[in-house]
Amino acid sequence: MTEPGGGAHTLFDLKEMELNFGPQHPSTHGVLRLKLKVDGERIVDCYPIIGYLHRGTEKLFELNPYFQNVPHTDRMDYVAAATNNLAYVGAVEKLFGIQVPPRASYIRTILCELQRISSHLLWLATHAIDIGAMTPFFYCFREREIILDLFEEYCGARLTLNCMRPGGQPFDLTVGWEQRCRDFVADFPSKIAEYEGLLTDNRIWKKRTVGIGVLDPDVALDYGITGPLLRGSGVDWDLRKVHPYEAYGDVEFDVPLGRNGDTYDRYIIRMEEMRQSCRILDQCLDKLPGGKIMAHKPRVMKGPKVGEAYYAIEAPKGEIGFYIVSDGKPGPYRCRVRPPSFMNLQIVPEMAKNHLLADLVAIIGTTDIVLGEVDR
Amino acid sequence: MGPLQSVVDFVGPELYYWALSPAIKIAVLLFAGILPLITYLVLAERKILGFIQVRVGPNRVGPWGLLQPIADVMKLLVKEDVIPNRAIRWAFILAPCLVVGPALVIFAVIPVGPPSAEPGGLDLFVTDVNVGLLFVVAMATIAVYGLILGGWSSNSKFSLLGGLRSAAQMISYEVPQGLAIVAALLLAGSMSMVDIVEAQKNSGLWFVFPQIVGFFIYFVAGVAESNRNPFDLPEAESELVAGYHTEYSGMRFALFFLGEYANMIVISAVAVTLFFGGWYRPFPNVEALAFLDLSFLPAGLAGVIWFSLKVFVFLFTYIWFRGTFPRYRFDQLMDLGWKWMIPLSLLNIFFTALIKLLL
Repeated sequence: MTEPGGGAHTLFDLKEMELNFGPQHPSTHGVLRLKLKVDGERIVDCYPIIGYLHRGTEKLFELNPYFQNVPHTDRMDYVAAATNNLAYVGAVEKLFGIQVPPRASYIRTILCELQRISSHLLWLATHAIDIGAMTPFFYCFREREIILDLFEEYCGARLTLNCMRPGGQPFDLTVGWEQRCRDFVADFPSKIAEYEGLLTDNRIWKKRTVGIGVLDPDVALDYGITGPLLRGSGVDWDLRKVHPYEAYGDVEFDVPLGRNGDTYDRYIIRMEEMRQSCRILDQCLDKLPGGKIMAHKPRVMKGPKVGEAYYAIEAPKGEIGFYIVSDGKPGPYRCRVRPPSFMNLQIVPEMAKNHLLADLVAIIGTTDIVLGEVDR
Repeated sequence: MGPLQSVVDFVGPELYYWALSPAIKIAVLLFAGILPLITYLVLAERKILGFIQVRVGPNRVGPWGLLQPIADVMKLLVKEDVIPNRAIRWAFILAPCLVVGPALVIFAVIPVGPPSAEPGGLDLFVTDVNVGLLFVVAMATIAVYGLILGGWSSNSKFSLLGGLRSAAQMISYEVPQGLAIVAALLLAGSMSMVDIVEAQKNSGLWFVFPQIVGFFIYFVAGVAESNRNPFDLPEAESELVAGYHTEYSGMRFALFFLGEYANMIVISAVAVTLFFGGWYRPFPNVEALAFLDLSFLPAGLAGVIWFSLKVFVFLFTYIWFRGTFPRYRFDQLMDLGWKWMIPLSLLNIFFTALIKLLL
């Protein structure tokens, strides 16, 4: 029996040092622990150890009725709660066969795109500070603050939004919210230019990201990688385009693709995705229909038919899916989450091998994991 | 020369010139100059970074956070002093002293102001050694022992990696730095810091103009040698937690911190002396700018003011770098040092010597 990360690939001889990277480490984005074997600073072997944030969320889902589970989803990817909400309520709606009114669909799309921007902003902030650029961190938080204010105005929460219900939206947009959102969307591209001014053509930034953590498209597909990581390798796979949900079928946007599959490409892609999110937001706000925000449903929901449903959407980090099995009771029999961070984390050892210790933090940054989602 | 003369008479000229005068100067320089400057440099850095990063910086302790450094120093002084169980005690204790000591000693040869006009007056530097520049380079080199000892004796892997990084980095960058200094020496024809400044006045030209390449190499290498962004790999917090001082706390940590900032000031001060005309105002030979001499001030004070201003420009540049650049990677740093800066500085010496020979 071999210990995790020990003995399997390389012999532990005097040249190599075992280094415990995390779970208390400034750049493991939470409580990721990596067991490293380093030869000087070159990484020979890397073995992620997870579970430090495990709270048994999937089990908790089974204890509540379908409609009381939404807050648990907030706490998985806690920097992108809206998309988690949507994936869960989407699965429940699919199971119950509920049709959501168009206004609710549009509001959901708007919330999700705002969430995508805020999640990417947090990614950029931490990624940049991992590579040593300190200033973008504060710039990103400045804009993220505006988004969080918009969320707060809409649903009262800034981080754990709990902003969707199976069947529709709990609240309508407040007065003036649309305008404030428009102001943000109009202003935001100039801020992206500001971040890019600090990083995109910066020699040091390029030296630190170009050619680092190259991900082959075939390998990415084998590992089940999704999101910007997959698109960075040039695979055109965005659930918003291939299986349009909510209002995404009605809006025009491009899916940016990378060529080299390195950290720099993934950086460029996420920057472009933020711009595309602005486009989507703009169109959604223009087309926002009136009408009801909640589908007609009985006051007390009985359990659905015996059956199962899988519903997946494009979260900022990749495909997040909920697989719900129903045995006819008011709560799920089993609820399994397909979290993008967990799947994407698998590729880190592959990408980190033969890179230097400094590249490891760039690679962890570029995979954009949230441990709340990895461990659940 | 009232009060000064009476002191000289009281203790006798021998004792005064050999012991008392340097001792007083060192005390004034350290406790009224360098140490407050360092603590307030930290505050300035936080304020300027705050300005760059759309936030306010420290503003709780005193107006504009002006008492923040004092609070910080108090905190560090009374903090528990932890030595890890398996650390090598003597090396662990020695390391911070080796970093901060040499950095402070260097100030002895840096002329912050002009020598006195008449012999026996008050020179505005502790001493003028005829190998001053060599002394600076030699002292700066000692700091690397502190870093590597600190990293190694902590018995922590992150510290060890940080110590190794800093050793490699500082040794690599001392070479181009030394070579850049040599080029400036060729122009000045002397290693005494005072003579170098005078040579710049006499030629009517700051050495930065003929030596722009040399200055560039010197300052980049200086940033690398003081372990500051974008070359702050030895303490890269996102990679090595805190690098060589991961295990240090309290006043020992503060000494490392002090050493880093003292080094910043040393690099800036030497740059000013070598390339920017030391204590002289800009264009010291242009009569039209004579008002910049600030002749209404007591003799020498204008020199100190000009010198400080120039040093502050450099310190600001340091902080500016920190607000702008990402961090180099270890091997890229070595590439930059060995493949670009050393050949470039050798070429620079060659051409400087050639031109000097031809003129």
